[in-house]
Amino acid sequence: MGKYLIRRLLQVIPVLFIISFVVFCLVFVAGDPVALMLPEDASQEDIELLRESLGLNEPFHIQYFTYMLGLVQLDFGDSFRYNQSALPIVLERLPATLELAIAAMIIAIVIAIPFGIWSATKKNSPVDFLATGGAVLWKAMPNFWLGIMLILLFSVTLGWFPVSGRGDLSHLVLPAITLGTGIAAEMTRLIRSSMLEILNQDYIRTAKSKGIRNFFVINKHAFRNALIPVVTITALQTSTLVGGTLVTETVFSWPGLGQLLIQAVNTRDMAIVQASVFVIAFIVILMNLIADILYKILDPRIKY
Amino acid sequence: MTEALLEVKDLKTYFHTENGVVPSVDGVSFSIKKGETIAVVGESGSGKSVTSLSIMGLVGSPGKIVDGKILFEGKDLTTISNRDMRKLRGNEIAMIFQEPLTSLNPLFTVGNQISESIKLHQKASKEEAKVKSIEMLRKVGIPRPEKVYSSYPHMLSGGMRQRVMIAMALSCNPKLLIADEPTTALDVTIQAQILQLMRNLIHENDTSIMLITHDLGVVAEMVDTVIVMYAGQVVEYTDVYTIFKEPKHPYTKGLLDSTPKIHELKDELQSIEGTVPAPGTITKGCRFQTRCPLATSKCFSEEPELKEIRPNHQVRCWLHEEGEVAI
Repeated sequence: MGKYLIRRLLQVIPVLFIISFVVFCLVFVAGDPVALMLPEDASQEDIELLRESLGLNEPFHIQYFTYMLGLVQLDFGDSFRYNQSALPIVLERLPATLELAIAAMIIAIVIAIPFGIWSATKKNSPVDFLATGGAVLWKAMPNFWLGIMLILLFSVTLGWFPVSGRGDLSHLVLPAITLGTGIAAEMTRLIRSSMLEILNQDYIRTAKSKGIRNFFVINKHAFRNALIPVVTITALQTSTLVGGTLVTETVFSWPGLGQLLIQAVNTRDMAIVQASVFVIAFIVILMNLIADILYKILDPRIKY
Repeated sequence: MTEALLEVKDLKTYFHTENGVVPSVDGVSFSIKKGETIAVVGESGSGKSVTSLSIMGLVGSPGKIVDGKILFEGKDLTTISNRDMRKLRGNEIAMIFQEPLTSLNPLFTVGNQISESIKLHQKASKEEAKVKSIEMLRKVGIPRPEKVYSSYPHMLSGGMRQRVMIAMALSCNPKLLIADEPTTALDVTIQAQILQLMRNLIHENDTSIMLITHDLGVVAEMVDTVIVMYAGQVVEYTDVYTIFKEPKHPYTKGLLDSTPKIHELKDELQSIEGTVPAPGTITKGCRFQTRCPLATSKCFSEEPELKEIRPNHQVRCWLHEEGEVAI
């Protein structure tokens, strides 16, 4: 296990390297930050001065080198807007996003596992129809629309939950539902098809032939096998989850990383954009690493 | 050897598919005495496996037992509750499957899978079940059973896995063991070992065996009675000596002729032309009509009954209508 972990961690290095390059290139595709920072009537001299001070006149490879030098010290430069180092600002927002993402994931799992198993074991029954049909319907609903509808119903009309912002648990309910149910829809389908395949395996017949109760055949023998593809795909879905938080955080004014990133993009605050994208990419890599480790715990056939 | 342990009477298991009803098992009757070993022989698609799954109560949807009785020690398994059926399964009736490679759950240790049924049926504690499991592993000839106990199936060879399956099936001393082609997936030397092992264990415990196979060599070596099935029906039913010496159904004869024999030098192995018709496609006459070298016009118009042509020898063929004839 230890050896595997080290090998797997070493693989992260080139990935981070590529990401850092892509993040660096973002600056060049996003337009001229100088034009945005200075008032419209700024003199050519002022523009040149700022350009020089930001190092934007240097050739591409020098700029990249300077950037990488900063990066290894975890310095993404200063935010134009906040006039502070970018990374601390990003990291300060991280807990809010993690809180939302974890809550959404819990909701997704709590919905998807029972419904996925249930619809697989009762294939073609009304339950199955309801679960699969509901999943398609739910997946078809865009996050921002669902969020607004939930706010309209539960906050504005019924007044059960706050409209927006972060605070106690009641603030978390609506955004977590918005984000979580969308993931649940996809996961339900995934667990269903995975279970259907496993339930046809020879070892399930063996388990039944031993006289084991159906409940244990399904939840012990079948579900653990069905979990393997679910874990993999869920980890790959982390990027979708992050994308979802961007939208959901904006709808609910949730002070997380997503909201910060969207604001930074709007104001072309490139240091914040770079730091945010880097942090998000890092989280995705981390999730995949965790999935690989889980994979091993679940499936003894995988070699260390 | 007198009392019947299992009596199957006019069993009909049909599959209700989108393309209509498929009668996979169509009026099968036979019985197994205590300590007896019977073989069910036939090509793929003859209904052997569905018959055994019907006895286990494991025919999955869209299949269903539509008629007939399965009496196990007098109890009709087609009418008892799921709960009672579960108490029999793995306990009084156990089953070994064809594919040892896929029949064990890859995510659980061998020990976990064997002790599971011991804990369930014998109400044993975890430690007791472990002791018993290791004892079973030793009985089926597995070296270092303590180590294998905590191994995962993928760490074992095919022959070892089948031994594990046998250990699992016999762990609760079943009265009836159904073995569905237990040696098909194994190579020849391992086959012989597994058969020898099964024979020894059976003699020890007086277990009855229903052996499903298409290997007539295995039949000659192991069994007392033979049932030949074709297209969901029993076509010949008699003791093992008679089957090999005086087969009365052209299909049985065809099966025997297509087995290579060591003392005969032939350029080409004989075979039965064609394949088993899809269940339900032949609605009139004998189901073997299209492939039978001896078919007459009657065989195409009327379906023969399974008839006792002499004590303990039943044949479903018009040839023997007026009495036994040599074929």
